[in-house]
Amino acid sequence: MLDKLMQYLQFPFVQYALIVGVLIALCSSLLGVTLVLKRFSFIGDGLSHVAFGAMAIAAVLNLTNNMLLVLPITMVSAVLLLRTGQHTKIKGDAAVAMISVAALSYGYLIMNIFPSSSNISGDVCSTLFGSTSILTLQQRDVWLCVALSVLVIVCFVLLYNKIFAVTFDEDFARATGTNAGAYNLLLAIIIAVIIVLAMNLVGSLLISALVIFPALSAMRVFRTFKSVTICAAVLSVVCALLGILISILAGTPVGSTIVGADTVAFAVCYVLGFVLGGMKK
Amino acid sequence: MALLTVTDLSLGYEGRTIAKDLCFSVNPGDYLCIVGENGSGKTTLMRTLLHLQAPISGEISVGDGLKKNEIGYLPQQTFIQKDFPASVREIVLSGCQGRCGLRPFYGKKDKEAATKALERMGISNLADRCYRELSGGQQQRVLLARALCASGKLLLLDEPVTGLDPKATADMYGLIEELNRDGLTIIMISHDIAAAIRYASHILHIGTRVFFGTKEEYLVSDTGRYFAGQEGGECDA
Repeated sequence: MLDKLMQYLQFPFVQYALIVGVLIALCSSLLGVTLVLKRFSFIGDGLSHVAFGAMAIAAVLNLTNNMLLVLPITMVSAVLLLRTGQHTKIKGDAAVAMISVAALSYGYLIMNIFPSSSNISGDVCSTLFGSTSILTLQQRDVWLCVALSVLVIVCFVLLYNKIFAVTFDEDFARATGTNAGAYNLLLAIIIAVIIVLAMNLVGSLLISALVIFPALSAMRVFRTFKSVTICAAVLSVVCALLGILISILAGTPVGSTIVGADTVAFAVCYVLGFVLGGMKK
Repeated sequence: MALLTVTDLSLGYEGRTIAKDLCFSVNPGDYLCIVGENGSGKTTLMRTLLHLQAPISGEISVGDGLKKNEIGYLPQQTFIQKDFPASVREIVLSGCQGRCGLRPFYGKKDKEAATKALERMGISNLADRCYRELSGGQQQRVLLARALCASGKLLLLDEPVTGLDPKATADMYGLIEELNRDGLTIIMISHDIAAAIRYASHILHIGTRVFFGTKEEYLVSDTGRYFAGQEGGECDA
């Protein structure tokens, strides 16, 4: 089996998949902690459906580079969703659900009315579930992904303390002179970038898993913000690596295999947290 | 010169006025208690003073060169905080965020301020504990320590004793009194008129009746006699 793995690792497309997979897993898990704590667990799902709708429009318009349309639309939606504060008419979870469902149906509708290829359901399926697109990456995609991931990670590290302050208590941060609005905006933009990136890997439907599972698993075991963040990042990277390798060896779909690994990690962490908690008492 | 002067202030949400024509001022070293019935706009007033929401009309002016990052705030707990994984030190340190500006990381000065605030609240031993595992009284001390990190002059407290047992409540009031004696100006929202009368130097009563003045004036005013009287014999003690 190891021989087979080594043999596969020689192929550039496998190397690309590993690089992109690990980077996306890392980025999404970093922000996942904040999103879960802000009760925005489902924003990954919502935004990815928006991205799906935007992709449908891009396909109909025959754009050569659909990123030019998908990224701005997703960013605007992210900003609008996260802007919803305490006194808005539509609460955060309802807003996410609304946008998510609406964008999904419009995307599918547009694809049906203006079919760009003969295999519509195949197209929809691969956009939603990611199918094998991670194994067909071009070198150009990889560089784009590396550049954006580095940008996201640098932003996260520089903003780490501000993200903590704004997540833990936005009112306090604002009252004592932190520009919470600006950081929320930046956070929304970073999240949109990650979602659009991650669509290549696991597709629309499974992005939520990449965002929430590592964070929730880490929260079972660790008790400080820093350790939870680090643990989530490590878990996410390990699961992505394992998932991609298993899917190559066993021929399973990449996205679902990664999420499968994430759920197993969550189960392990849950039990671990239970045992550790029990020992303390 | 007054630290904070409020003239003809009306406040509320989305055009709906909750309280209007409020006039009061806070001088350095004052201990102002804001009392009033539920829904009379106490928290809204505090949020307006902190510029978290815009007033409907009227003016809030600050004096003595009071800057935004010299104000400490102890808000009511939010539901997000109940299961937030964070150590006490991380939370207290985040009180220094307002002073950091664009600086990405905390400096030595910030860490010293956090250590000092922990000591002042008597919770140095809890520094590495997880916030969500602490008792209600301990959590309030952590948030008060965080507010201390943020404030140089003025401290705003929104019902700091909600949900605390009598011992923790007394401890909390004791701590706040001590801070006031050390020169910090306090503005506190309270449900507890007996405590307000016992600790505050000034009382602002809002709601159907409005009163502002010193505690002594409050006790002989109609509003004060009416509400303090309802509390039974407690205020005689």
